[in-house]
Amino acid sequence: MSTLYILVIASILLAGSFLVAFIWSIKTDQYEDQEGAAMRMLQEDNIVSNQSLHIKD
Amino acid sequence: MIDTEPELLTKNKKVKAATLCFHCGTPCVTNTIQIEDKAFCCDGCKLVYEILNQNGLCDYYTLQSHPGLTQIKPVRSDKYAYLDNEEIAGKLYKFTDGVRSIVTFYIPGVHCSSCMWLLEHLHKLNLGITESRLNFTAKEVTIHFNNGEITLRKVVELLVTIGYEPYISLDDAGEKKIKSFNKQRLYKLGIAGFCFGNIMMMSFPEYFGNGLGIEKQYAELFRVLNLILALPVFFYAASEFFITAWKGLQQKLLNIDTPIALAIIITFSRSVYEIATHTGSGYLDSMSGIVFFMLVGRVVQERSYRSISFHRDYKSYFPIAVSVVTSAGLVCRNIQELKEKDVVQLNNDDIIPADAIIVKGNARIDYSFVTGESELVNIKEGKVIYAGGKHVGEQITIQIIKPVAGSYLTSLWNHYAFSKNKVEENRRESVIHLLSKYFTWALLSLAGITAIYWGINDPSKMLQSVTAMLIVACPCALLLSSTFTNANLLRIFSNNGIFLRDASVIEQISAIDHIVFDKTGTLTHGNDDVVTQGSELSEQEKTWVYSVVRSSKHPYSQMLARHFAGTGIVDTTYWLEIPGKGLHAEIEGHKIKVGSKIFAGGDAYQPTDTAAVYVNIDGKVTMFQVLPALRSNVPQIMASLNKNYKLSLLSGDNNRQQKELEPFFSSKNALHFEQKPIDKLNYIEALQKGNEKVMMIGDGLNDAGALQQSNVGVTLADDVNTFTPSCDAIIDARQLRKFPALMRLARRSGLLISMSFGVSLLYNVVGLSLAMQGLMKPVLAAILMPCSTLSIVLIAWGISSLMAYRMGLSVKSAS
Repeated sequence: MSTLYILVIASILLAGSFLVAFIWSIKTDQYEDQEGAAMRMLQEDNIVSNQSLHIKD
Repeated sequence: MIDTEPELLTKNKKVKAATLCFHCGTPCVTNTIQIEDKAFCCDGCKLVYEILNQNGLCDYYTLQSHPGLTQIKPVRSDKYAYLDNEEIAGKLYKFTDGVRSIVTFYIPGVHCSSCMWLLEHLHKLNLGITESRLNFTAKEVTIHFNNGEITLRKVVELLVTIGYEPYISLDDAGEKKIKSFNKQRLYKLGIAGFCFGNIMMMSFPEYFGNGLGIEKQYAELFRVLNLILALPVFFYAASEFFITAWKGLQQKLLNIDTPIALAIIITFSRSVYEIATHTGSGYLDSMSGIVFFMLVGRVVQERSYRSISFHRDYKSYFPIAVSVVTSAGLVCRNIQELKEKDVVQLNNDDIIPADAIIVKGNARIDYSFVTGESELVNIKEGKVIYAGGKHVGEQITIQIIKPVAGSYLTSLWNHYAFSKNKVEENRRESVIHLLSKYFTWALLSLAGITAIYWGINDPSKMLQSVTAMLIVACPCALLLSSTFTNANLLRIFSNNGIFLRDASVIEQISAIDHIVFDKTGTLTHGNDDVVTQGSELSEQEKTWVYSVVRSSKHPYSQMLARHFAGTGIVDTTYWLEIPGKGLHAEIEGHKIKVGSKIFAGGDAYQPTDTAAVYVNIDGKVTMFQVLPALRSNVPQIMASLNKNYKLSLLSGDNNRQQKELEPFFSSKNALHFEQKPIDKLNYIEALQKGNEKVMMIGDGLNDAGALQQSNVGVTLADDVNTFTPSCDAIIDARQLRKFPALMRLARRSGLLISMSFGVSLLYNVVGLSLAMQGLMKPVLAAILMPCSTLSIVLIAWGISSLMAYRMGLSVKSAS
């Protein structure tokens, strides 16, 4: 039955890690702009424009 | 973005082949502005393209087609000169140490992913900018830059050149408002959820007794762990209930949080007692569940619209700085430091910052936002002009006669109507608030009776049954039913184009019996209808008129130019503008006169007011009259509202449209014209004295007083992100047709809440009767609590969605 001790601790730790992740996401303002993040992930930093910048400088 | 061909083009075959501007998608009038195969509508758009092309930022055009905003109206080159003034600039910085600075601008033009992409690549356009990040929801761009390499003025001007002019107003110079989301409540929600879940899990063995074969030592361990997990719920997550309850008690008020706080405290202390004395496992699961669900309800209800502001006053309309003429030349000065006798220079489209006298030049002022009067007013040198008006035309010089805060317009904000707190008042009048008062008293007396009964019959059961009762009767179900109904209604309203300040507005709307409308900008919109009288113009004559008026800056000429736009241009052999009279021109031997009645010889016509212009072609006269056009759907909307509400009209404009508007109202007395802002406020107050609940629908600063005084002030906006005066709700003008249906839905909200409240009461009665008899078991409480909560949430959500669906409203979000 002592496995129960380990299981209880493990389960609380696991749930706790989700809680920490949730708090972190609030802290880093991830709920501030929900539309923007969805668009940003689909945009790539264009390689061509990066190159042209270096040539010019 | 959809490239719809504008009406203007389909009407006229000549320009049908016109291409759309590569930058902004506006149809090109001429085909001369081109780069390679790309056509542009104006030099402004071409310039933006060139800048982006040079810097390798043409991906802007691949993400969305025609993502730009038209640049046809150029920005004056010294418009942002005031940002060179360190004192003014200092007020805009979010952070600065003299070397690096961070600044945030609100950019109304942001609308698509291309906008975001470009605004986040500003560092490619200027190396002084180190980082830029756009908050798309709030339309705010935060820019980090090095002061040594680029000035604030240059940053703003860079934004202007790429077509994203920031909106900077006097409001930005004030204290930085915290528009941020309620983070504290989210933290509480997370913690309550975590503790609730774990407590439920560890209470399982208790629910099933020793049937699972759990040994006693473990049962003890689980109870202690539960207690530890319940501590943060009780001391942190539930703190706001205690605080509001305590604040209410201090004012000798029983608010809805009082019985909830009481239930939480009693549940917690009884559980602690049971666990400490090894007599039971307590009700910690129920307690944390209540706290969790209540917090969920509040988070959902506290829906915030980040890019919409409900608390604006004249400050967000006024500019931040003006050019003052001093002995040392032109100086930019903070508008709040303007003193009497200061001499100020105003350019085209500038807003008059304070009441003043014109020293030099003739002003043409648009007071529509301040008074509702839609016609431009011509004011001569030496006359007084009032703050808030917009100057149109050549540069003028004015001398301030009153400080900004003492101006005719701003003094409206000193009226006592602005000192009351509508949010607080709504809460006090709320049905939930009244119910909770009775509920608390009823509960306390029931508890008293139970205590006396058991005190006589079996004192050992007294404490147990009284505490169980208070736990079970917690009005969380009542509160949940209203929070979830309101949360869903708020969501449905916003999906259909009405944004409410908070949930208490729904209840206020449901009680409305009188709706007052403003005219200019509300029932009518910015686009004018041109009414013609006299001889009909041929296609060729239209071309002539357009060619004559297009180079004149007079508003009537521009009105005609807009009316005849796209008809083509012919060369004039002779052209003369006579100020105060009109235009005189000759085309292909035909004499053309455009101007006033006397000048063009239009004596035969009777305009309904002065806003008329006459065209004389070889002695043949036609009169053109401008009338603000009614918004589409207005007749249907008014007819539908007329069934359930009293309607009135308060207009700052003259009565030229009275005939047109009269059919919408039940009596002639309901229409009032030439109303000053304070008259509007007083009219609303008079209605309220007659025990009417009034909704005011307006749009401009001239309605601000009436919006504030009314029970529900609604602002109609063509673009919800532009300036709107302080109000309780904002309607998107494009969705106006849904307004009657939404009013009906709001009226039903009371019924919706009572329905879900009825269900919750059923659970309470069952629970209470068990508790009073001393039969309440932890298992039962554990089952009853989440079941009642979930069913109430589902009922509240389901019925309100169903009702909205049956009224033809969109239930699902559009995006």
